[in-house]
Amino acid sequence: MKPASHSRSIGVLLVCSSAAVLSTQANAQFDISGNWRALIHEDQPERGPGPDIMEYVGLPINEAARIAGMSWDPAQLAMPEFQCRPHPSDYGSRHSNLRVWQEVDSASQITTAWRTHREWQEPERTIHMDQRERPASYAPHTWQGFSLGTWDGNMLNILTTDLKRGYIRRNGIPRSDEGELQEHYIRHDEFLTIIAVVKDPVYLTEPFIRSSNYIVDPALAIAPYPCSPAVEIERAWGYVPHYLPGQNPFNGEYANRYGIDLDDSLGGAQTMYPD
Amino acid sequence: MPQITTANHSTLCEEKTMSRYFRNFVAGSLALFSLGSQAQQNFDNVEIEVLPVRDGIYMLVGAGGNITVQTGVDGVLMIDTQYAELSEKIYSKIQELSPTPIRYIINTHSHPDHVGGNANLAPLGATITGGNVARLQEDAGDGATIVAFETVMNNMVDEKYPVESWPSETFFVERKDMYFNDEGIEILHQPNAHTDGDVIVWFRKTDVVVTGDVFTTTMYPFIDKAKGGSINGVIAALNTIVDITIPRAKQEGGTLVVPGHGRLADEADVVEYRDMVTIIRDRIKALRDSGMTLEQVKAAGPTQDYDSRYGSNEGFWTTDMFIEAVYDGVQG
Repeated sequence: MKPASHSRSIGVLLVCSSAAVLSTQANAQFDISGNWRALIHEDQPERGPGPDIMEYVGLPINEAARIAGMSWDPAQLAMPEFQCRPHPSDYGSRHSNLRVWQEVDSASQITTAWRTHREWQEPERTIHMDQRERPASYAPHTWQGFSLGTWDGNMLNILTTDLKRGYIRRNGIPRSDEGELQEHYIRHDEFLTIIAVVKDPVYLTEPFIRSSNYIVDPALAIAPYPCSPAVEIERAWGYVPHYLPGQNPFNGEYANRYGIDLDDSLGGAQTMYPD
Repeated sequence: MPQITTANHSTLCEEKTMSRYFRNFVAGSLALFSLGSQAQQNFDNVEIEVLPVRDGIYMLVGAGGNITVQTGVDGVLMIDTQYAELSEKIYSKIQELSPTPIRYIINTHSHPDHVGGNANLAPLGATITGGNVARLQEDAGDGATIVAFETVMNNMVDEKYPVESWPSETFFVERKDMYFNDEGIEILHQPNAHTDGDVIVWFRKTDVVVTGDVFTTTMYPFIDKAKGGSINGVIAALNTIVDITIPRAKQEGGTLVVPGHGRLADEADVVEYRDMVTIIRDRIKALRDSGMTLEQVKAAGPTQDYDSRYGSNEGFWTTDMFIEAVYDGVQG
């Protein structure tokens, strides 16, 4: 009886091992959950204090985006309607610390969604893993958009649509509400790399690609970020800060400071590549 | 065409076969008034889609302006009625949402893509009246009340809409209040905006604002100068919407905004649109003040950064027409 029992045990073990392997393959994913500290020493001037006004070099923007950027007045950020806005998801990876966790279906133990929370303005995001239908054309757009994710080996690929109008850069270069975001989350031990590819038929001539890195930090405390808008400067009803064409007082300031040709400072796909 | 029979909630509709009613009425309506280019539109393949907005309020999307439906214990209140040809499909969807009768129809303005179904849908409803309005008890619920600003009535009379489609309750002050389905509703007149009769409807409890065509997410604002529209009126209306909308914490949601056309929105969407319209107005005014002719202003490209999103070179409202309307509206 003992040999027979031993065989059964081995059989059970093999079945369980096979099931475990199949389960791993079916869910093929890495654990990206945890608290992640943004490594903003990369591109720090842009990601920290922010870019110069009319610094568009390296951006594949079209003339419409350039006009919008040259009309942009930073006073807009002081308007109550803008004070508490979060970064849209295509810009969010450039900025704040990040918490990632997963939602798991209790019956099947399948991950149905990844959730993220960022520190600045507390935007929260759901990356659906169940391949549900995208919202109808008449459904609302949001700052974080609608995201569907799939695993490709150890890389989480995410396509986000249904975004509100946002920005390519924090100096007035817009990204329209027709834009979309393709992301790739890759974990290398204690590092997380997020590659963001923004496409926009309205303001970009080709995809705009950025990568941002994070380091895991189990001790990271992500503080609350309450925000309540207030009138900081009394303005006329309906006042919209902007510069009329040709009247932006900062025109040329960035190019002069760094000794760059003015045309080059105004970006375009040709400024993305080496000469 | 499917046979529609109504529930037993309306004396008018009891056991009545609606399909014949709609066929007859649509034919009559088309003979009575022209819908312009819309009359050529094929509505056979148009489906009416329903988007739940919040707590008994729905947005209905088909062809023409968005419809808003509020449901509750008091019955159905609807805002705008799209085209006459779609009334049967619209009524069918409303019945799926609520078996109670349509009590009120509010028109945001007088264009046919918003009032075209009035004459079909109002008779299917039942507003309970009394006192010196109805002589007999059974007359008291005869048809839904159509509410609109006074100039909507004037426009519809001038344009020979069928009598059945005319507003049955008009007002001429800046605001009208209602209380229906357990919430306060404000109807706010927006003078000389998209037309001379625009209203915004604000559901104060559910926190939903219905804008009519003073706000859309699809195109530059259509300024119907022939009906009293103006660029500054549009901007004032947009600022009013910004004033009464409040985003929720983290800026997602909060007050929801049903536009005249396009997708469900919130304050941030209205702000972006308000900013766009204001910036273009300011540019055109500066160019005009500098002595430029209309053609010179067009050549200067004052809308260039928004054209691929909102502009059009064809159709009933082109970018050129928008620039002309703004140019006319900023003189002096």
